[in-house]
Formats: sequence, structure tokens, C-alpha cells
Amino acid sequence: MSLRCRNAGWKRGARRTSGVRLAALMASVVLIAGCEREARRFQESPPTASPTGDPLVVSDLQPGPAVVVSNVEAPYDDNAWAVSEGKSLYNAMNCSGCHFQGGGGIGPPLMDDDWTYGSEPQQVFASIAEGRPNGMPAWKFMLSAQQIWEITSYVRSLSGLNPKGARNARDDHMMRKPPEASTPNARPKNSTAPR
Amino acid sequence: MMRSRLALVILLAACSGRQNALDPASAQNRSITALFWAMFVVAAFIWFVVTVAFLVPAVRQRRTTREDAEPALELPAETSRRQTRLVSGATAVTVLILLVFLIYDFGVGRALATHPARALTIELVGHQWWWEVHYADPDPSKIVIDADELHVPVGQSVQIKLVSRDVIHSFWVPNLIGKRDLIPGYTSSIFFTADRPGVYRAQCAEFCGHQHAKMALDVVAHPAPEFSAWLERQRAPAADPSDSLAANGKRVFLSAACSKCHAITGVEAYGTVGPNLTHLATRRTLAAGTLPNTRGNLGGWIVDPQSIKPGARMPSNQLESRDLVALLAYLETLK
Repeated sequence: MSLRCRNAGWKRGARRTSGVRLAALMASVVLIAGCEREARRFQESPPTASPTGDPLVVSDLQPGPAVVVSNVEAPYDDNAWAVSEGKSLYNAMNCSGCHFQGGGGIGPPLMDDDWTYGSEPQQVFASIAEGRPNGMPAWKFMLSAQQIWEITSYVRSLSGLNPKGARNARDDHMMRKPPEASTPNARPKNSTAPR
Repeated sequence: MMRSRLALVILLAACSGRQNALDPASAQNRSITALFWAMFVVAAFIWFVVTVAFLVPAVRQRRTTREDAEPALELPAETSRRQTRLVSGATAVTVLILLVFLIYDFGVGRALATHPARALTIELVGHQWWWEVHYADPDPSKIVIDADELHVPVGQSVQIKLVSRDVIHSFWVPNLIGKRDLIPGYTSSIFFTADRPGVYRAQCAEFCGHQHAKMALDVVAHPAPEFSAWLERQRAPAADPSDSLAANGKRVFLSAACSKCHAITGVEAYGTVGPNLTHLATRRTLAAGTLPNTRGNLGGWIVDPQSIKPGARMPSNQLESRDLVALLAYLETLK
């Protein structure tokens, strides 16, 4: 009896130990993942030669047969530091002059689910790099590809299209909108025609 | 012998220099240094007296005590009274010395905080990781915007207004004045009066990110007439390049990414993100004290700043070599 009791106690202890171990393992996985969150990659060869060189779909209207969208991965969508760099570039390059802090004004809003020229990373990149009709300038001569990718990831974070852990949790300025990390993930939809 | 001589040389070298709080070059820092030396000398003397007072009885006791002797439980009344008097006296002297230093320190602090009646106002803006300097003037066309060098006249009170565009930085010129933080959304200010011409090195003294260590500022103190002449030269817009290579470089500057972040007065370049380059060629250093301002360093900095100062806001620029040569020729005309 006593032996069985002790045995059971030992087993319970073992289970507890393995539970603690599992928790520690999970915690360390989370912590290690946290290290990657702000990895600073200062010297980058431009990611993909030119994402804008590929055929790019920016609208549902398409002449001829459907074009397969090349799937370029945004290099910085999961990098919190790069997203915040994108945010400071967004302000430094006066994107807020037309798009405001994402709510739109002179230019279309960037924090909603409505995407005139597509929400995929390479589509957003193309919109910034090449410019769009009715006032959006082409930035590819003014910014490096790395900087445009950073802005791309920031713009996507405005409507929650990148991993939540990489979005800004706090803003430096007074804002009426919640910070990007608290923005609900929007389901992007392409509007049928450019406005 | 050789080594001790070397050590002495190094020790003496530390007593002067362009970044040394004990080599004062302003009225303010002179009073701070005097306070420092007064405290140091008095504290060193007390330390010496206490050490001697501790060692002498220890040595004397050791000679006289026998191992088998019973320790005396009660001191003779005479000795006890003497010791009480001694301890009270030492305590009173300590309080007195601290009180004198408190008053002295308060006086120095008051003098540093007193606004001078007339002061030249210069605004210093902290950026990651460089300094922007504005020389205010009621006439907007006479405002001078410079970077990474602070010029002040000797013998005139200068008020430095400190603001930050991103994170907290700290302004610290050891030879001239103590530290004052640059806080985003808040204007702080500090006064000093340089009393000896020279070039002093300031350093950001609050950790502000990846390149905090490479955020230096040269403070140049000129005699007053020289300062006015310098300021007048800085007010001039950039001269149009005379030779074709430099003219070509100007075109490169305006068509490449440069003009998006950098401004040159007199040219259609209005960027305010990076340092103003109107008089780039007159500066001593590049990238906030990172490199001496030479043609080779400038070229390296333009092409690959991320190897020189990783994390700096300046992106690497891929330029055709002839464009780079032309651009360098143009930038060298910005005197």
C-alpha cells in the first residue's frame, strides 16, 4: 500500500517534472523566436532582383488569359525592427502628406481592407516603386529596394497583413487609431477599378 | 623604468586634450573643475589622515600586546573620556566640511543655472546618429543650418537649445559644460561661455541606439570676429559649379536619391531627413565624427555607409563610377 502510494507519488512527480520541462522548452522556443523578431540586417543585397519586373496583377480586370502572380515573399513582414524603420521612412518621406497616418485623405486609405492595386507584398512594392496614377510618385529612384521593402511591410501592417508580433505596439505620437499590433486583421479585397 | 616613464606620459597626456573635463575651456567648467579639485584634495587629505590613524595604533598595539594577556573589558575612565572627545570632535569636523562643500556646491550649481542677460541662441537637434545645428536669426533668409559641428564665439554667453527628433540623446562637451539630455517633444537648454579658442569634442552621452558611439560633435570656439565671418560665409548659398565635371555631379545629386534626404541651399534639394550639405566641404568630419572628411572617405561613405556605420539612416547607393566621380567633384565644391 505504502509502496504503491509512494510509487504513485513518484509518478505524479515525474509527470510534474515533464510538465515543467515542457513549459521551459516552450518558453525557450518563444524566447528564441523573440530574438529573431528584431534581427537587424543592415547590409542586404537587394531581395530579389526586381519584383516589379515580373508580370504583376494589380486589379481583377485583366486582358487575355489569367496571369499567375509571382509569389515574392516580403523579406521584412516578420521583422519588427524593419517594420518600425518602414514607419519612420513613411513619415520621413512624407507619405503621411497624402495618406495621413493610414486613414487616407488626398491619397487612398491604407488601413482598410480595400486595395486598388493589390495587397500582396510585391504589389505594394510595385505601387511604391513605380508610382500610381493621380499623384503617387515613383520612389524607385529615391529609395533603395531595402527601404521600399521596409515601407511595404509597414503599410501591410496597417491593416494587419503581417504577423502580429512584428507590428508596432505603441505609437510615438498621439493617435486616434489603435496601434498596429491591436488592429484586427483585415481580409484584403481588390476593388474592381482604380479610383 | 621605461614603462613607468610611459605611464607618466600617458597620465600627463590625460590632463589636457579636446575631450577632457579637467581641461576647462569655459567659465562654467572652470568653476566645476575648481569644485572638483577642492573636493578631491580635501577628501585625499582626510583619507590619508584616517589611514595613518588606523595604521599607527595597529602597529603599536601589536608590539605591546602579549598573546596570553586578558583583553581589558573596561577602559580606564580617562581613556574613555578622551576617546569620546576625539570621536565627537571628528564628527563635528566631518559635518562642518560637508556643510562647507554643500554650500560651495550649491553656489556653483546656482551660477550654472543662472540665465545670462544676453546670450547667442543656437538650436541643436539630435538625430540617430548625427547632430543638426540651427543658428537662429530674426531674418529667415539668414538662418544657417549646419550639421555635426557647433561653432561658438569666445567670450560670449551661448544658449544651446536642445531638442530631439527621435530618441533621447545627451549633449556633453567635457571641456565646456556637463551633460544635458535632448528629449523628444521637449526643449531643454544649457548655457556656457567659451573663454579659449579651440576645437573640443562633444559626445552623445545617452545610449541612443546602434551607432551611439559614433555620434560625436566638434565644438569649435572662434574669437568673436572670426565667428561672425564664419557665420556670414555659411549664409551664402552653394555656388554653381564652374567646371563640367562638377556640373555633371550636380545633376547626379539631383537625379539620384541624395536630394530626397539632403538639402543644399541654392539648389532644388530640400530634404530635411539627413544633414544639410550646403557647406559640406568645410566640415572636418563625415557621419558625426566617424571619418575625416576626405574625398576617398566621402566616396566610401556614399557607396557603402552600412559597412562604415551599420544601421545609419543613409542607405547604400549603387552609382555608376563616372557618376560617383562627378558627384564627388561636385560635393567638393560645396565650400
